[in-house]
Amino acid sequence: MNTQTRSNAHISATEQAQPVLDVIDVTIRYGDKPAINKVSLSIPQHRITAIIGPSGCGKSTMLRAFNRMNDFIPNVGMEGQILYMGSDIYAREVDPVEVRRRIGMVFQKPNPFPKSIFQNVAWGPSINGFSGNLEARVEQSIRRAALWEEVSDRLHESALALSGGQQQRLCIARALAMEPDVILMDEPCSALDPVSTARIEDLMFELKERYTIVIVTHNMQQAARVSNLTAFLENGSLVEFGETDQVFTRPRNKRTEEYVTGRFG
Amino acid sequence: MRSDRLRRRHATTRVFRLLCATLAWAGIVILAVLLFHVTREGIRWLDLQFLTEFPSRFPEQAGIKSALWGTVWLIILTAGFSIPVGVAAAIYLEEFSPKDRLSQLIEVNIGNLAGVPSIVYGILGLVLFVRFLALGRSVLAGSLTMTLLILPVIIIAAREALRAVPDSIRQAAFALGATRWQAVRAQVLPVALPGILTGVILALSRAIGETAPLVMIGALTYVAFVPEGPMDAFTALPIQIFNWASRPQENFHQLAAAGIMVLLVTLLLMNATAVWIRQRAERTGR
Ligand SMILES: Nc1ncnc2c1ncn2[C@@H]1O[C@H](COP(=O)(O)OP(=O)(O)OP(=O)(O)O)[C@@H](O)[C@H]1O
Ligand SMILES: [Mg+2]
Repeated sequence: MNTQTRSNAHISATEQAQPVLDVIDVTIRYGDKPAINKVSLSIPQHRITAIIGPSGCGKSTMLRAFNRMNDFIPNVGMEGQILYMGSDIYAREVDPVEVRRRIGMVFQKPNPFPKSIFQNVAWGPSINGFSGNLEARVEQSIRRAALWEEVSDRLHESALALSGGQQQRLCIARALAMEPDVILMDEPCSALDPVSTARIEDLMFELKERYTIVIVTHNMQQAARVSNLTAFLENGSLVEFGETDQVFTRPRNKRTEEYVTGRFG
Repeated sequence: MRSDRLRRRHATTRVFRLLCATLAWAGIVILAVLLFHVTREGIRWLDLQFLTEFPSRFPEQAGIKSALWGTVWLIILTAGFSIPVGVAAAIYLEEFSPKDRLSQLIEVNIGNLAGVPSIVYGILGLVLFVRFLALGRSVLAGSLTMTLLILPVIIIAAREALRAVPDSIRQAAFALGATRWQAVRAQVLPVALPGILTGVILALSRAIGETAPLVMIGALTYVAFVPEGPMDAFTALPIQIFNWASRPQENFHQLAAAGIMVLLVTLLLMNATAVWIRQRAERTGR
């Protein structure tokens, strides 16, 4: 598996893109039940990497490991290394808070704070010692999340009054306001209608100019449409990882082929 | 056959609804009868003079000033001690401490403490505050005793309120690089605040009505002055009411009824304040 991953990365057109996240032989357990089993992969900069696989295969667990959100779950154990820009984010001297400032996250269900739209976006920078023009940062973030036209005249109204799709874009804006390097998205469109989904997919295309995006999705078309690379997980193991085109059209592994063509999962 | 069963199910619903409505109304009717009785007895005595005069041997001159002020002192001091300590304890237990054996043990213990009879807290207060810390029969000793009495209630209510805050809010805050304290302070607490407030007010209402621990620590029953500092002796509304009610003359019984009305109005004001604060908090939260 390991060698296969490496060789994929080698022949891919993304080889010049520097890896932002390097996953090396990572095993993650809940109690003593492994959810991720000896997975290695590298996530290149300014690309969209999709993680696909059947329910319960460990996609969310893998994603949460990237910004140490697993730390909040009791009994989680991890072996192996995850390098961000070459340094181990699980090293003892690393403050997980620092990691999460650089690696943002958007959750499956939109979870805005029960506050105003403005406060939702402004809070991240303000607690992290941002000293520039907060209003400008908020506007810029909301614009980048393609939400500005819809909310510019009601920034100080409750975020809970927005539609589900708008709330999810607000959550993206909130993550962008931190100016992270990486944005992790765990099934960001699963609660949304096709129109909102399309908007968020468009958005991802634009965002990848500036950010590295990792997205978990159950939707094969979505993975094929938006991602540059695709990782296929099954039962906690990495079955295949490579260019999305290749994974979907010429999968190396039989299981991958069955999964992406919808024969199981 | 089928519709027969359906009919029976509807009948069950009706019976159950009737039962619940009866019980709910029974509570309201009993309360109304009580209020009516108290009002009829006491309304004659309830005037400005009643609020501004000290107790007296002559019912016509007797007032509730010292007890009212004693209760105000007691509540303010008790609130000042119990709210910060109780809420901080709840925040620690719910948001910071590891969920291990020890925290379970503490949880069970706090639950038990909430059920300890108030007279026991009175004994503790007498030994600890009045004697050992030599605070005497002061309003300070009284409010510290009351603080012990209601702390478990506040902690339990505040924890409940914190637990009701969806975890997705904490996750969102952490994912933005918030520390635990930042997440709790800015996102979790505001959401939990209305619930915490409700618990605090219920606990303080309990403290207002408590008599036993105050009698135990030696609050006076006949006081012709208003406490001017935390070290002054004091009496409180329920003690004054008890004192009047236990006298043989009918007039004093009526004074007790008037005192009960004052106590009820005080409670009502406190609850109204809580509702007001809560609604304000909820409005700014939107
Ligand atoms: N908090 C937890 N405690 C114990 N086991 C967990 C926990 N979270 C996940 N698991 C287990 O780990 C495995 C992987 O879960 P994970 O949530 O990562 O799957 P997933 O691929 O994201 O699934 P889905 O597509 O349904 O979201 C599952 O078997 C799950 O039961
Ligand atoms: Mg998942």
